Amino acid sequence: MVDKNIKLMQGNEACVEAAIVAGMKFYAGYPITPSTEIAELSAEKLPRVGGRFIQMEDEIASISAVIGASIAGVKSMTATSGPGFSLKQEGIGYAVITETPCVIVNVQRGGPSTGMPTAPGQGDIMQARWGTHGDHSIIALYPWSVKEIYHTTIKAFNLSEKYRTPVLLLLDEVIGHMRESIELPKEDEIEIYNRKKPTCPPEEYKPYKVKEGDIVPEMAGFGEGYRFHVTGLTHDETGFPSNNGNIAENLIKRLVSKIEDNKDDIVEIDEYLLDDAEIAIVAFGSTARSAKSAVDILREEGIKVGLFRPITIWPFADKQLIELSKKVSRLVVVEMNLGQYYLAVDRVASKHTKVEKFGRVSGELITPQEIVDYIKEV
Amino acid sequence: MPSQLVKEYFRTENLPHIWCPGCGNGIVTRAIVKAIDNLGLNKDEVCVVSGIGCSSRASGYLDFNTIHTTHGRALAFATGIKLAKPNLKVIVITGDGDASAIGGNHLIHAARRNIDITTIVFNNNTYGMTGGQYSPTTPTGDKGTTAPFGNIDMNFDLCELAKAAGATYVSRSTIFTANMLIKQVENGIKNNGFSFIEALTICPTYYGRKNRKGEAVDMMVYLKENAINIAAYDKLPKEQREGKFVIGEIYKSKRPEYTEEYQKIIDSFSEGV
Amino acid sequence: MSTKTEVSLIVEKNWCKGCGICVAFCPKNVLEIKNGKVNIRDLEACIQCGQCELRCPDFAIYLGGK
Repeated sequence: MVDKNIKLMQGNEACVEAAIVAGMKFYAGYPITPSTEIAELSAEKLPRVGGRFIQMEDEIASISAVIGASIAGVKSMTATSGPGFSLKQEGIGYAVITETPCVIVNVQRGGPSTGMPTAPGQGDIMQARWGTHGDHSIIALYPWSVKEIYHTTIKAFNLSEKYRTPVLLLLDEVIGHMRESIELPKEDEIEIYNRKKPTCPPEEYKPYKVKEGDIVPEMAGFGEGYRFHVTGLTHDETGFPSNNGNIAENLIKRLVSKIEDNKDDIVEIDEYLLDDAEIAIVAFGSTARSAKSAVDILREEGIKVGLFRPITIWPFADKQLIELSKKVSRLVVVEMNLGQYYLAVDRVASKHTKVEKFGRVSGELITPQEIVDYIKEV
Repeated sequence: MPSQLVKEYFRTENLPHIWCPGCGNGIVTRAIVKAIDNLGLNKDEVCVVSGIGCSSRASGYLDFNTIHTTHGRALAFATGIKLAKPNLKVIVITGDGDASAIGGNHLIHAARRNIDITTIVFNNNTYGMTGGQYSPTTPTGDKGTTAPFGNIDMNFDLCELAKAAGATYVSRSTIFTANMLIKQVENGIKNNGFSFIEALTICPTYYGRKNRKGEAVDMMVYLKENAINIAAYDKLPKEQREGKFVIGEIYKSKRPEYTEEYQKIIDSFSEGV
Repeated sequence: MSTKTEVSLIVEKNWCKGCGICVAFCPKNVLEIKNGKVNIRDLEACIQCGQCELRCPDFAIYLGGK
């Protein structure tokens, strides 16, 4: 077909292409393997679309600049990897409490600390959930292919704008550096969500008041005539700090419930051959690619296995996993760590089925055969 | 009834402020507002960014686009805001610890980029919000709750630091010489680049008490008697400089401004379209 | 020329924290601290120099007008 736009693309490259389509106009980052291509390509592409790129002095500065730019009204993103993701937790918490839309990409590598910079890992699943201090909820997405990186990056921006929250886009070294051909969607096939801006007169604007029927407060940008205040302190509807316990509790509960109460909209999962499955593998990212092959191999041998692949890691797909746990005799969580997502699965599913973990932290991708062997041996 | 100036530029519903009796932060805050008033800036186009600490609470009292960020990061947030919306007049309010300890890296790099941000450091020589620990500007030998036997660190000369890092406007004043401070903030905002203004202020509650500096008035008198204008200081024989400090416009230069340089890159792609 | 009748010095007592800075640096000894707050002791002596307003940390004293 002549009108198809098919390109061979690296995962990290697809992320940048999609971010620009989603409306990214600002990127601040710091070089770190294996995410650096995202910064390099953003530097190359953003000024061409009137956007701006800046290499900041460190990871914390990068997330801070991203939040600043977003409050100034511009869709913003940063990308990092393990050690940088740790440093960004301060800013992620600030974005949570100030309800600032932004996208943080974490191309996971082996950890802890400097760990294995050029090797894949999935050790940041729990850091993504609980890395920043204090009670909060978070959205974390994890695609498994170049094509899905493209679509999930757009989704990450859309969710961050819709729910006024930082969205974490988890990749790993394998899918970040992998090349696949993808068919780029046409402009009219892409849905873009932009933050809702206030229409009231400035003197009536309350930056943290949720209007009846809305999920989040309307968000003005700096310089748009609404002179409001933003603070990382607990605050009331006016945006000014408050030490009132009820106000603090209502705020934190609202920040959590705006995500947890909208799981039906946020949570996306992919199922493969689960209908008649007796054993379900739970896997995401590059590991899910091996898991899918393992399912195929096992199916050929007559073993009824399927794959449950959460694309939304957080908020947690508890409803879907509980349902699944009632249908299968084994739930095998396969991940490149020693059992992180497993903890969450075990908590909701162990009542109904046997929940197992199979992981490794050697910096090597888990192969289909290893999964096959595990399933058959246990 | 507050003054016209306060009514015009402060969120009076949030006053009185949280600062202690005799704290100099209010004097610096008023000086900044007076400078903005003198320049006739449009309030909608002014953005005040602060970090964490006593001084950084100022942003909440001011009727502009205001953001109270995380500790040390005001300049990083401000850089994002300025680059995203270069038409905004971005002013950073920070303290000595916020700007030069936890935020020291951001300070030198903002100065190096010469991004058009005016930074006013409220230097009270201590961490006031946490109760008087020694800071990078606590003079050697002085006490803090974490330097009970006297501070053995060398203290920063913040203006020399900013100058060396590439700021194109560097000045210092005190809360006693508040008119000079107002003029410096005006000139700092007018400078098309990174401006660094050190406002020497007082913390009678912690630093003053811990170091037996007397009441607020005594601390003001100290600033009055030991601050020497740069021109006079240069002429002073070395032995008479002991214990004195320079105030005035310390350094001015011209270099390309960061957001304008970036705009040139953007424009290079839109030309010929 | 300003005359004594135009002298306008206003105190916002609720905001005054009684630090005494305005009293100490008033060149004409117009002010005093009374019951922990600033008090205009001698308005007649005021020369409208604005030193008190300039250095009041609490925005609690000011000359009339802007």
